[in-house]
Amino acid sequence: MALHRGRGFAAINYPIGMNLGGDPSQALVHSNPDGKFTVALSAIDLGQGMKSVTRQIAAETLGVPVEDVYVDTADSDTGPHDMGSFASRGTHRMGNAVIQASQEARSVMLEAAAEELEVDAADLVTDGRGNIHVKGAPSRSITTMAASQAAQFKQGRTIAGRGIFLIPLSEVDPQTGEMTPVSCFAHAAMLVEVEVDDETGEVAVLDMQSAYEVGRALNPKLVEQQLRGGAWMGMSHAIWETTEPYYPSRDHGPEDFNAYVMPGPGDLAPHHISVLERPAPDGPYGGKGPGEMCANPVLPAVVNAVYDAVGVRVDDLPVTPEKVLRGLKANGGAKPRKAL
Amino acid sequence: MIEFRKEFFADERDDDLNEVGKPTRRQDILGHVTGRSPFFDDHLFDGLLHMRCVRSPHHHARIRRVDTAEAEKMPGVVRVLTGKDVPTNLNTLLSLLDFGIDDEPILSTAKVAYRGEPVAAVIAATEAQARAAVKAVRVDWEVLPHVLDVEEAIKPGAPTVCEVYPDNKFIYHGKYDHQKLRFGDVEAAFASADHIVEGRYQMSPIEQAPIETCGAIAAPEQNDRYVCYTSTQALFFSLGTAAKVLQTPSSRLHFIGGTVGGGFGGKVDSIHEPLAVLGAMLTGRPCKYAWDRGEEMQVGAPRGAERWYIKDAVARDGRITARKFIGYFDSGAYTRLSSYAIIKGVGHLPGPYTIPNVYADVYCVYTNRTPATAMRGFGITGVDFAIENHMDKVAETVGVNPIELRILNSYRDGDMKAHRREAKNCALVECCQVVAEKGGVTLSPDARAATSLTGGGGERAQIPNFTATDEHGRVEGFDTGSYAQKASAAATAPQPPRTLPASQQPTSRPVQPPASHQPAIPPTPAAQPAQPAPPQKPAASRSGAMRFSSLSGFRRR
Repeated sequence: MALHRGRGFAAINYPIGMNLGGDPSQALVHSNPDGKFTVALSAIDLGQGMKSVTRQIAAETLGVPVEDVYVDTADSDTGPHDMGSFASRGTHRMGNAVIQASQEARSVMLEAAAEELEVDAADLVTDGRGNIHVKGAPSRSITTMAASQAAQFKQGRTIAGRGIFLIPLSEVDPQTGEMTPVSCFAHAAMLVEVEVDDETGEVAVLDMQSAYEVGRALNPKLVEQQLRGGAWMGMSHAIWETTEPYYPSRDHGPEDFNAYVMPGPGDLAPHHISVLERPAPDGPYGGKGPGEMCANPVLPAVVNAVYDAVGVRVDDLPVTPEKVLRGLKANGGAKPRKAL
Repeated sequence: MIEFRKEFFADERDDDLNEVGKPTRRQDILGHVTGRSPFFDDHLFDGLLHMRCVRSPHHHARIRRVDTAEAEKMPGVVRVLTGKDVPTNLNTLLSLLDFGIDDEPILSTAKVAYRGEPVAAVIAATEAQARAAVKAVRVDWEVLPHVLDVEEAIKPGAPTVCEVYPDNKFIYHGKYDHQKLRFGDVEAAFASADHIVEGRYQMSPIEQAPIETCGAIAAPEQNDRYVCYTSTQALFFSLGTAAKVLQTPSSRLHFIGGTVGGGFGGKVDSIHEPLAVLGAMLTGRPCKYAWDRGEEMQVGAPRGAERWYIKDAVARDGRITARKFIGYFDSGAYTRLSSYAIIKGVGHLPGPYTIPNVYADVYCVYTNRTPATAMRGFGITGVDFAIENHMDKVAETVGVNPIELRILNSYRDGDMKAHRREAKNCALVECCQVVAEKGGVTLSPDARAATSLTGGGGERAQIPNFTATDEHGRVEGFDTGSYAQKASAAATAPQPPRTLPASQQPTSRPVQPPASHQPAIPPTPAAQPAQPAPPQKPAASRSGAMRFSSLSGFRRR
């Protein structure tokens, strides 16, 4: 009857975007006469921040303040085609489509500004605060609003852009599995500390130390939200959740959150996150997509930590108290290893 | 509790951008925190009708008769739908990508293959009335033997779960009953290994558990169109599926979504949109179809279970010289997305490590349970659990620190991966080093000095001179779509292929040679039903189906 502590480690990588490609995303961008921009998409915001990250990407590319951009998404009458928000593809695929659309719109905006300023459009830069000026001569400037109004009412130009991003479909060799599955990978490593009660078989996750490499963190708060929530989800997969507790039997399947066992707020382990950013060469501003992979290292790290703590290796998820107790019984009690 | 280690890969980034990299507040946060963001379920039209499904209580049963007469007389009931009301009552989700054979009825008419499979849909004025009428639908069942375990399901003589795939295995490329990965020669490496480490791993089925359950509300719109508010994660997937199932041009469908209360992969299956729109078509009134929590957990597709067997050849110093996988994805009764996830998983093997000999046979297996679908990390989470659990066993076997073992075997820029493409943009070594430092784990000087940028390529960039290939699991008579299908496998094998002794078991065949994209056996006797008289009769049977693959020019015949 004792509590045993142990540590477990795991490292993973994660493919970004729909496997094999062939999954296009499109974006349309246009300005109204006030120089405010609408981005029309069909991507889905599941809470991950799709609207916000595409808004920042559009603002960055257009060279306007983020407040001047609004993302309108997922109305099939107005938004162009997108495969959807899954497979960690949203930021990577849609982000690139938004860049392309924004670049086209930006170039028209700069042409309109150039005509008003009587300069070459190639000499113009944006300051990201709503002004366009001649490179090296900030006084020769025009607001994005004035440029847009001139385009609309004087010059007869549409400040608009279309974008698509498509990684062409890869074939799969039936005999060898040769393929071009994805263009970039995110990475993670995770060290978990657990405490195992050798009387009840219960496992508590005490601490998580991680490093996640996510490409460029396009919005550090959205990245943190994903990593924190995702890691807890992984922890929950490891020791709590399942729809079929006695798989492959279908008995005792939960039908509500009373029976579907999940950690409560008191069970959530502190998580010390380090973010590394190695930009993806083909990602939007180097971004990859942290959403899916953040749960993955936690599952094996917890299993490895339980083994380190009491010498019971549970190869069948989840690590329920029943499995731990059966393992302890088979081993003749706890055999702490403390190998890490 | 969060730090950004900008010193890593700093020379590959321009950190001086206006907006990207800033912690800008979310565009939609005010609506969310004040409870005003509109989700699909906020579109409660006047006169909204509610749909509930009659579901199988059995794992596997033939449907002798569905009697809706009593239910139709119940208070508030407007209509009861069965399979004959669904214009195209057979679909596979990835038919939009031209991948796989249509295998799943919308409302089953011939048999059910999992507990919870829908056989009728009651439309009533209130949800309570719909629930009451569901209980009044009489179904005459003939219970059939069922199979729930993946390895039991592929044994000879196991009950056939889904007639399209009589041996309970998805057919890859029309050729094999599993997806192969072959790189080098694992058997030769096993024969000369210092250590062999083996393991069996079981990933559990898991519920995506979004706070908002899956659903859709459809309503007749002006000008003979239908609007559909949906919780889908993939707007055009759901729209394309509805157009196909309802034999309706996509131009008549107006889908609106985009603000969703969590998805995690569970909202890709496009189950609700076709039935909600069909309900609106047949009643002329707004119609809602959504799962309650019990359905979300037991009828809604979970992350499927996976079983993995791993065998490693390991040298004394901890270098892994060969890794062999046998994997079984439990697809449940129908394919949904499991077949595709397996290709993703195979492209991911052997994990983030450079191993000179890799072999995998991965099977998509049908069992009599709720079909599986996507969830966060689909195709990867289960096998990563297996790999990283296994790596710990390897570390223990050779007596190497578990973090150092990962760094030693880690893939680096320029290495050849088992799917025969060069690794680039790697960062596993750095992640390991940062965590070791934070956790106070002392690494050897070699492990500390390692980087993802160095030590790769060269000899590690080579494709093995010899790769052992084989024909086991070969099938005939299948065409599972042309998506990503390599025309000729032999043409790509530069080495003389070594055919292993073919297993003598009889070659798997479909019951009837199917024409492409037709089911081997129509599970619905009345596949072309008396039209439920939607306002407009479609001109051609597949006119509504939007095939992304054909649009993109990928289809090949």
